[in-house]
Order: sequence, then structure tokens, then C-alpha cells
Amino acid sequence: MIDYGKLLSPAAKAMRPSGIRKFFDIAAEMKDCITLGVGEPDFKTPWSIREAGIKSLEKGHTFYTSNTGMVELRQEICTYMQRRFGLGYNAADEVLVTVGGSEAIDACIRALVSPGEEVLIPEPSFVCYHPLTTLVGGVPVTIPLKNENDFRLTAEELRAAITPKTKLLVFPFPTNPTGGVMRKADLEAIAEVLRGTDIMVLSDEIYAELTYGGEKHISIASLPGMAERTVVVNGFSKAYAMTGWRLGFACGPAPVIGMMNTIHQAAIMCAPTTSQYAAIVALRECDDEIERMRDEYDLRRRFLMKRFEELGLPCFEPQGAFYVFPDIRGTGLSSAEFCEQLLVEAKVAMVPGTAFGDSGEGFLRISYAYSLDHLDEAMRRTGIFLEKQRQKA
Amino acid sequence: MDKLLQVLEANARLTLEEIAAMVNESAEAVAKRIDDYKREGVLRGTRTLVDWDKVGGNGVQALIDVRVSPKKGHGFDEIAEAIALLDEVDGVQLMSGGYDLSVAISGASFQEVAWFVARRLSPMDDVLSTATHFVLRTYKKDGALFGTEHRDERQGVL
Repeated sequence: MIDYGKLLSPAAKAMRPSGIRKFFDIAAEMKDCITLGVGEPDFKTPWSIREAGIKSLEKGHTFYTSNTGMVELRQEICTYMQRRFGLGYNAADEVLVTVGGSEAIDACIRALVSPGEEVLIPEPSFVCYHPLTTLVGGVPVTIPLKNENDFRLTAEELRAAITPKTKLLVFPFPTNPTGGVMRKADLEAIAEVLRGTDIMVLSDEIYAELTYGGEKHISIASLPGMAERTVVVNGFSKAYAMTGWRLGFACGPAPVIGMMNTIHQAAIMCAPTTSQYAAIVALRECDDEIERMRDEYDLRRRFLMKRFEELGLPCFEPQGAFYVFPDIRGTGLSSAEFCEQLLVEAKVAMVPGTAFGDSGEGFLRISYAYSLDHLDEAMRRTGIFLEKQRQKA
Repeated sequence: MDKLLQVLEANARLTLEEIAAMVNESAEAVAKRIDDYKREGVLRGTRTLVDWDKVGGNGVQALIDVRVSPKKGHGFDEIAEAIALLDEVDGVQLMSGGYDLSVAISGASFQEVAWFVARRLSPMDDVLSTATHFVLRTYKKDGALFGTEHRDERQGVL
């Protein structure tokens, strides 16, 4: 008999697994369970975008595109990056169209990180940075973000984590799962630490279009001296409700994008052609659709903040993405205990903060990519659960 | 467009405090604005969407295309308001196109609706013609899908 455990690559086996799969499976099988667990919009892709995809199929555009993505799309991406974030990129060699933002993150880490080099990962954050770093032999160095700092990365925290081996800073703002954002002054302080070093920044800005409270997202690459040391990753999944289309992109210095493209050529060939045609229309015509969805998320966000206030669970006001991250330490339960008991007793599935790193202990991630009715019912059940907990105590 | 009205239209069951939080105003300010809207006749009431087909139906509904002769000085208003006052009538709207008024009506049976059209609507002065369309099935109403259940196909993904 083959011992597959011995066959599998040690680097692959060292990847930190997502601990949440089993939990979701239980929730999915439970009757009348309502989940607040998804990480994607509840809106369908706007019709004009879907139509562009359908038309491209009708016209028979069913072939590979250039490795880096269609010229027309790359040009639209450059126009968009300039218009929205004031970032100037050359469509010829500073843009790579990828299979979702995820592939761009993977290619960026592979292109930059050598075995033994350290990758700084602020946590709680999206789950892929840590295992992708491990896979290339890099050393993930987590920086725990703090509730009292509104889950922003401070210059002191960054400075304390830097060593001579530091190669890359993952910069995931607005952040899944906390909803934390970095404002101009916060970014300036971070940039000041990085300027003059050889540390590169992987700025994952997939939630850039989803910020609330008037202030729009600012890319760290737009600060003086930062574009040359930053790879910006973005995509269509969250802003345009296009998760299933699997389309993202990276913009950055030509030598890094070129190296990423070499990896992309070998592993992927090119991003899906249908999705690329659809994405051109998204960037050209759908600013108002983004706004419509953002306004709706904002209503839900405010609604949930109010409900948490009524439930007596402290919750910092998230200003980005579509998650709230309430603090449950007052209940005396760990994140995992809270989520398990809530699932069994109230049939509501939330994600423990620890799914996004150890520093998520004491918190929950709740997605508001759901209808208000759905959120209302989930909060009602959670309220009953909390009341029972208080009576027990 | 006032966000408060949009929120109220879509979420009538929420508490005043929740609605106030959603539109980022104080509960007092929202309460006053709602009162004003009611007084001005902007807010006309609150209803629940019921899928009657699921519980054996609730009589029959029909839409009637009505052509009328407008009155000098009153246009369509006089006849439209007269029709609107009939108890059986659920809705009256002035339309562009091939006919003038769209009249929504519900009744216990086809006969009842037919009787209404023949005895009450058609004989009215200024009504030139009617064309009655019975509702056979409702798939969507006031923005809500009726009938089929739509499952959330999204996976638990972080």
C-alpha cells in the first residue's frame, strides 16, 4: 500500500489548513439553520455585465487571450486605477489579469519570496497569505491587530516586526474579517517606515470599493515613494458581485509583474476569456451599480451595529468590506465555544474570529451580505441565545 | 430621493430606533419626519405581502383596461376618481398608450368580477369600453418573488 503521507510534499503539508470547513458543513446540513458565514455578495452580477459575457459567447470569443489579459481590459484597468485611486500604470507591462485576486496574491508571493525570508501578515485577515507563504518556504510573521486601534496597522507594530529577513508586507485593507480600514494619516505613517527599505508591499485591495462613512479608500501605492515598492491586488468579485467569474488583477512595478506573469503563464495560461469581456463592461459602465450595492450594504451595516448595541455586545464600527466583528469576550466564552453553542442552541452560524488568526480570539465575523429580513431573524435568535447565557451565569 | 422613504418602503417592520440608525439620524428626528410624511399624505399605510395562492387562494383578481372620454376642464380626473371610490376597486392608474385607465379589482369569483364590470363600470358615463384580464398566477409582486423558493447557493467561504 502506498503511504501517501510520505509522498506528499512537506511544504504543502505545512500549509495552515482552514479550520472552518467542518463547521460550515454541519451548518449546511442543519435544518432551519441560518448562516451569516458567506464571504461574497448576495447581489447577482449586474445585468449589463452578464450580458457582455453572454454576447462574447454568442460571438464565439471562446479562445485563450494573451497571457497578461486582453489589451482592452488592461487599458480599462489602467483607466480605472487612475480615475479611482490616482494610480498611473502602463497597460503594456504593469498590469496582469488573474484568476481572481487570489491568484494574484499567490503569484506575487511566489515571485518575491525565497525560502527563509519573512512575510509580515497583519491578522486577523484573510486566510490565504499564511499558507501561500509557507508553500514557497517563506516564514509567515503575524502582526496581531488590535481592537483598540480599530484593527489598523500602526507604524510601531510594523517597525517592531521588521527584521533583516523581512521581504514582504501583506497589507490587507479594508480587512476581511474586521472591516478595518486605513485612512490617509495611518498610511503615511506606514509609508514612512517602509521608504528607503527593500521591503515590498502586497496591498490586497479587493474591498476598496466597499468603504462607508464618506471617505473613500486610498491605496498605499498612491503615497509618495510607494508605487515602486507596492503590488496592488484588486478584482471584480466584491465590487461588482462577480465572485463566480473568477477575475482579478495585479498592478505594480514592471519587473515584478513580469515575473508574476511568467508564473501565471506556466500555471494558468490566461484568465477566463468570457469573464474578461464582461469585466470590460464592468469597468466602463457600472460605477452606479457599485454605488447602489454599497448603499445597501451600508444600511445593513448600520442596522447590525444598532442591533449589537441593543444586545450589549461591543462592536467597533467597521468602515469597509461587508463584515462586522463584534467582541464577545464579555460572555466568558471563546470564539469557538460561542459559535458552536450558537449553532446548536440558536441555529445561527457565525464564523469564529480565530478562523482568521489567533488574534481573532474573542471575536466573531458576521457577514452582512444578506437581506435585512435574514439579518433581523439571525439577530433575534442571537438575542435569545445571549439572554439564556446571562441567565446561566 | 429621501433615503428614509426608501428604507421605510422596503422594511416596514423595523423599529423606529433601527430605522433611525440605518439612515444615521436620531430617533426623534425620524419620528417627526414620519409624522410629517403622514400628514402630507406621502406615507399612505403599511401592508403585508401575502402569497394567497399558497393557502388556497383569495378570490380572483383582474386588471381592466378602460377607455374613457375625458371631460372638458377635468381631464381624466373626474371619471378616475369616481371609479376609485368603488369598493371593489383596488387600484386605478392613468396610463399612456392604447387605453386610458388601468383598474385593478378583486372579487370572490369570476362571476362577481364580471358582474362588477357589466353592472357598475361599463354603464358609467364617460366609460367608452372595457377589456378585462383575469390574473391566473402571480410570480412576482411589489418586488417580491412569489411561488418558487429560491435557495441561497453560496458556499461558506472565508
